[in-house]
Amino acid sequence: MSETENIVSALQNEFGAGFLTLQNTKDEFPTCWISADSIIEVLSYLKNIHDRPYKMLHDLSAIDEQARNYRQGQPESRFTIVYTLLSFERNSFIRLKVPLTSENPSVRTATKIWNAANWYEREVYDMFGVLFEGHPCLRRILMPQSWKGHPLQKCHPARATEMGPFQLPEDKQEEEQALLQFKPEEWGLDQVSGNDELMFLNLGPQHPGTHGVLRLVLQLDGEHIVNIVPDIGFHHRGAEKMAERQSWHTYIPYTDRVEYLGGVMNNFPYVMAVEKLGGIEIPDRAKVIRIMMSEFFRISSHLVWYGTFAQDLGMMTPVFLTFYDREKIFDVVSAICGDRMHPNWFRIGGVTQDLPNGWETLVKDFIDYFPKQLKLYDKMVMKNSLFKARTVGIGVYTTEEAIDWGITGPGLRATGFDWDFRKKQPYSGFENFEFDIPTGKNGDCYDRAWVRVQEMRQSLRIIEQCLKNMPGGDYKSSNPLTTPPRKEKTMHDIETLINHFLNVTWGPVLPPNEAIFGVEATKGYNSYYLISDGSTTSYRTRIRTPSFPHLQFVPYISKGYTIPDLMAILGSVDYVLSDVDR
Amino acid sequence: MNPIWAHILTLVLVLLVMVTIAAGLIYVERRMLAVWQDRLGPNRTGPFGLLQVLADMIKIFFKEDWIPKFADKRVFVLAPMIIMMTILMTFAVIPFTPLISVINLNIGVLFFLAMSSLGAYSVVLAGWSSNNKYSLLGAIRGSAQMLSYEVFMGISLMGVVVMAGTFNLHDIVMAQHSIWYFIPQFVGFIVFFIAGIAETHRLPFDIPEAESELVAGYHSEYSGMKFGMFFVGEYLGITLISALIVTLYFGGWRGPHFLPPVVWFLIKMFVFILIFILMRASLPRPRYDQLMSYGWKILLPLSLLNLLITGACVLYFAPGH
Repeated sequence: MSETENIVSALQNEFGAGFLTLQNTKDEFPTCWISADSIIEVLSYLKNIHDRPYKMLHDLSAIDEQARNYRQGQPESRFTIVYTLLSFERNSFIRLKVPLTSENPSVRTATKIWNAANWYEREVYDMFGVLFEGHPCLRRILMPQSWKGHPLQKCHPARATEMGPFQLPEDKQEEEQALLQFKPEEWGLDQVSGNDELMFLNLGPQHPGTHGVLRLVLQLDGEHIVNIVPDIGFHHRGAEKMAERQSWHTYIPYTDRVEYLGGVMNNFPYVMAVEKLGGIEIPDRAKVIRIMMSEFFRISSHLVWYGTFAQDLGMMTPVFLTFYDREKIFDVVSAICGDRMHPNWFRIGGVTQDLPNGWETLVKDFIDYFPKQLKLYDKMVMKNSLFKARTVGIGVYTTEEAIDWGITGPGLRATGFDWDFRKKQPYSGFENFEFDIPTGKNGDCYDRAWVRVQEMRQSLRIIEQCLKNMPGGDYKSSNPLTTPPRKEKTMHDIETLINHFLNVTWGPVLPPNEAIFGVEATKGYNSYYLISDGSTTSYRTRIRTPSFPHLQFVPYISKGYTIPDLMAILGSVDYVLSDVDR
Repeated sequence: MNPIWAHILTLVLVLLVMVTIAAGLIYVERRMLAVWQDRLGPNRTGPFGLLQVLADMIKIFFKEDWIPKFADKRVFVLAPMIIMMTILMTFAVIPFTPLISVINLNIGVLFFLAMSSLGAYSVVLAGWSSNNKYSLLGAIRGSAQMLSYEVFMGISLMGVVVMAGTFNLHDIVMAQHSIWYFIPQFVGFIVFFIAGIAETHRLPFDIPEAESELVAGYHSEYSGMKFGMFFVGEYLGITLISALIVTLYFGGWRGPHFLPPVVWFLIKMFVFILIFILMRASLPRPRYDQLMSYGWKILLPLSLLNLLITGACVLYFAPGH
């Protein structure tokens, strides 16, 4: 019995046969439509199911269905809430969909089941206007408090030019400024604790320790942190909204910028989700090229983290050295892709170009050069006793807490849980590679750092294997949906010429269906959930980024520590604000 | 020459040279850090970028001298002056050569300790008057750090005083004719050096102004020349501590005769200044409570023990015992 039948029959046994509607999706996730009345009971059943529970709330988002053309066999719905859960024991996901039909939709909150649901529900409220009954603090999260409308609704304009000229009369300005006044009660913070008056410290959005435009409101007792409320959204660019306006092909450069340190690592889940929708098989060479380039970006991203983390702890030298090494990676990347940070290099059905002549030498040089640098950094940073004093035993959490809060990537592995999607759910041919999954023991700042440092060594191993075993053949699939198709083939028959013409002028049209694809990105699990409505653009693009839940976790693990510890924790969590806000 | 004129000349000379050295250190530090960090550093203004300091100074002089509306104006203006004044006054007691020193005080060591205690006011007042939470946190950290490290600093110095039998810095240099004090007083030297870093709040002890935590700590709100005074004050502090280390532990101006005494003094001083800069390039910053417990739990017992043993030895080997 397949995993889908297995869980569906378990659900039917528990809740009765007729209560769910199954939907077939291209990603072959068990996808069940469940009514809003019973969703909380189903979620809590799945989380606590005796046989291999679904412990992690992987994602929670919504779909505005009002402009859909193709949704045969799906229940009537105005807004659909989508819950994606992950079971580690089963090594599989499940997707639950809740149809909401009214114009003022609401559903019960899942925050009592998963802490991680808090921000996700706030985001859905902010973007779609769906209310969550019983949510502890249902405020806007990404948009300004004064924003009118809910951006991801289909009726909301996508461009500034559709909104009329911006005006700021005096009364509106005063209103906006009044909204910016800090009132602790609105943030769910108390002014006093016992007899002591607490101090509030506004950290950011412009602060050297927050690595980007993040605002943290600290509630302090002396220098000890009583509570933190993060204020995000300063880096929100509406990446998901943009996807609804771009063709499948022209959206690729936007993904580069979602996690701006990850480069092509961001293209990876997106193009693979599109390929799944279109049923495109890609050639081996393209697969290995993709792995090689994304591992280069993993090292590059970890190097930025390494330097800035050390800098947060007051070390000024490593950041210069790691950035220097990052330049070496960019030399290789720009020689192969033609650009440095945002090469926009993967394509639907392959990669842009074949590897250039002499790429082996460049890659080989880097493989020879880098290990001794890592040794140097070990000596300078990881073995430094002051560094250890600042990081060992700080920001500790357990595997259970991490799973409850939706933590993936190095943050999860630092707790001793060897969960790496490259190994557990291999994609793009990762099953053919030899590498280890470094894990920590204590789940503190030092272990998180250690895991990342070891990961760089493993990435180097993977790159070395790519270099030695690069397959020959095409770098792009010959599938008609490949965009843009290879030019030389178009000159041979009229069919490919027509395809080329259509795909380049309009963009490819993907069959109506939906698919999710995720990769083990630099920061954790990054997935793209695409819904095609049978047109040249995506109907809904949901980007589940790892930094979002990771940042949500920060207040929980920082309580009781001091401000300097908070800097160590923020550094060790390694979020990127563009990845949080999208 | 009239002795009064000679005296004034020395005074002006010391003042000018020290301020110039401190300003020049900004360039030296930036270049040396660059060397240790695989980069170039300032190299565009003038030959080898030597005029960078001048350019910075011109810029800082012409910046708007802004005092925040919410600040306590008088105290805000006073704070940066205190740090400059206390440090510059301490230079008065340092014997650069047997002949060049502004004043030959018989309580030179005590004068230095008194002045460095007063220096703590600058940090506290700057943080307090800025009326900013980051500044205040920096000031609280700074005052606690400076006051506690002063204790070990004073005690660690006493070993030298006991050996030389005087508070006079001239006589302490003279007393080192056979052996430089860093050998018998090695523990004292180390404690003094660490306490010296804490006094000047340089990395790794730059906790009052920890950039990644407190933005710029107690001087967050300062700009223009008032910020410049804190900035130069920090380098003056480094120069002062290095000069004192040389005087107290490394034989002051003593050295083989092929170079004049003042050159020996400056060479030794620059070695220590470079060590200060190298430490900044290589170490992370401990946490505030780690710094305090390190001070009270390790440095204090160590310096007391050092004083005790030194005293016992001096008494034991004293003539006529």
